[in-house]
Amino acid sequence: MTAVAIENGQRQFDYWLTVYKRTWKGSLVSSFLLPLLYLAAMGIGLGSFVDANGTGSLGGISYLQFIAPGLLASTALQIAVGESTYPVMSGLKWQKFYYSMIATPLRPADVMYGQLAFIAFRVASTCAVFLAVIAAFGGLRSPLGLLGLPVALLVGMAASAPVCAIATTLKNDSGFAMIFRFGVIPAFLFSGAFFPVSQLPDWIEWLAYVSPLWHAVELSRDLSLNTVEFWPALGSLAYLAAWFLVGTWFAVRGLTKRLIS
Amino acid sequence: MTGQVEALVRARGLRKSYGDFEAVAGIDLEVWKGEAFGFLGPNGAGKSSTMRMIGAVSPVSGGELRILGMDPATDGPAIRARLGVCPQDDTLDTELSVRENLTVYGRYFGLSRAECRERADELLEFVALTEKAKVKVDELSGGMKRRLTIARSLVSKPDLLLLDEPTTGLDPQARHLLWDKLFRLKQQGVTLIITTHYMDEAEQLCDRLVVMDGGLIAAEGSPAELIRDYSTREVTELRFGPEVMFADHDALAGKVADLAQRIEVLPDRLLLYTDDGERAVAAVHERGLEPAAVLVRRSTLEDVFLRLTGRTLVD
Repeated sequence: MTAVAIENGQRQFDYWLTVYKRTWKGSLVSSFLLPLLYLAAMGIGLGSFVDANGTGSLGGISYLQFIAPGLLASTALQIAVGESTYPVMSGLKWQKFYYSMIATPLRPADVMYGQLAFIAFRVASTCAVFLAVIAAFGGLRSPLGLLGLPVALLVGMAASAPVCAIATTLKNDSGFAMIFRFGVIPAFLFSGAFFPVSQLPDWIEWLAYVSPLWHAVELSRDLSLNTVEFWPALGSLAYLAAWFLVGTWFAVRGLTKRLIS
Repeated sequence: MTGQVEALVRARGLRKSYGDFEAVAGIDLEVWKGEAFGFLGPNGAGKSSTMRMIGAVSPVSGGELRILGMDPATDGPAIRARLGVCPQDDTLDTELSVRENLTVYGRYFGLSRAECRERADELLEFVALTEKAKVKVDELSGGMKRRLTIARSLVSKPDLLLLDEPTTGLDPQARHLLWDKLFRLKQQGVTLIITTHYMDEAEQLCDRLVVMDGGLIAAEGSPAELIRDYSTREVTELRFGPEVMFADHDALAGKVADLAQRIEVLPDRLLLYTDDGERAVAAVHERGLEPAAVLVRRSTLEDVFLRLTGRTLVD
């Protein structure tokens, strides 16, 4: 079964390569410029103000170093969700390329794995460039911070899979605005990327713990500061993996239901 | 397998339902190697549902279906590997070039890149799109897109080609060009299954066809057989002047009813189904009736179709 899925994944490679070739420039600007602006405005602009008043409550590090690992994880999440909404709707409704794919030996599950693999590539490649910029700005304290890249990839996929699952059930794209408004933006603001979530009222603090992004932000920052504790880190990794695996199961089921009727 | 030739498609009591709605209500059919088989029927007759089941992308709700000797429930990918599908809506990737649409698609069937390139060039030649190879699909006309979709469905050298309303929405030139290509495929021995609601298309392309209505097969045979069985050899059309209103048509029909095997009253004319149209015309004149215009023509598949499925609009 797995061998067939891998073979069928490889068969889609040329398709996704052509998609990448025609979109990489545009997506580079949009997915890269925004986090860079955040980094400049928050890390350096707001950061110089925070740093001047002492960062004891942040553990004595610069504000840039505090937020950079979290921004990396947040960027991963935003790119992943973006790539899991309109492109999936396009496959089902506008370009309908999913329908042409399943008229071949490919199965709906293969098509979903291919889509997720492409999203993983987009997340990883954009985050790698962003991480290099962060490092150049001095945003990392320890070389371990480079491991923020796999963490970013994991949180990206933890968000992508369930959003793909939702996208397969939607009739049109109006639902995506809700995902961004009530999912992505609150998750971003209360992820702990900009301030420790312990500052928040208890009930919001608990919501933050439920969000996969908080786990990734913590993990990414702990790596950069070299303050990782084994069990909490393992717990966070398992939690993110669970989002990805359960999400993937629903995404495959959703796509199958939509295409095979 | 016995020594007998096995049908490429074999259905027994095949059914498809969506919730309470029964789209296909139990049909039997066989499609043999090398033939062009047509599904004819009004919208909602169950043609596309049947095609999707044959395409192994829609589970069978009841009855039996074998495609290329295999069961679509368990051998879907193996069946689809040997099918070419030209869907009703174009599902081309509009942002890829014409040639990329073919090379990328060939890869889904496990063809090597070299094979894909070779096939793409052959097929572009076949559908007369070689000059457009590098153009984006967005810039093609409707007829070119259809030709490209057909080329794409041929990339894997399928044993069986499924065409769902291949010429709907095309202008006459584009339709004739497409028929020409399909005819050539048939000559090369490709088995075709076509759905259409164009009678001329069915007469041009199909060796054998079924007329579907309400999820059932209403009639089956070659175009000539269907005309023989369900219509008369000729049809005499009588048009009366504008002073004769619809109400008078019924009265007129009464006067000539015995001249034809069957008579149909339409708002603008009377249709007399008869084996000898000219004799009917002479008899009409003998009775002192003077229609403004008379047309004697051969029966067509359209007469069969309208007889079997009615003139009422189904939406």
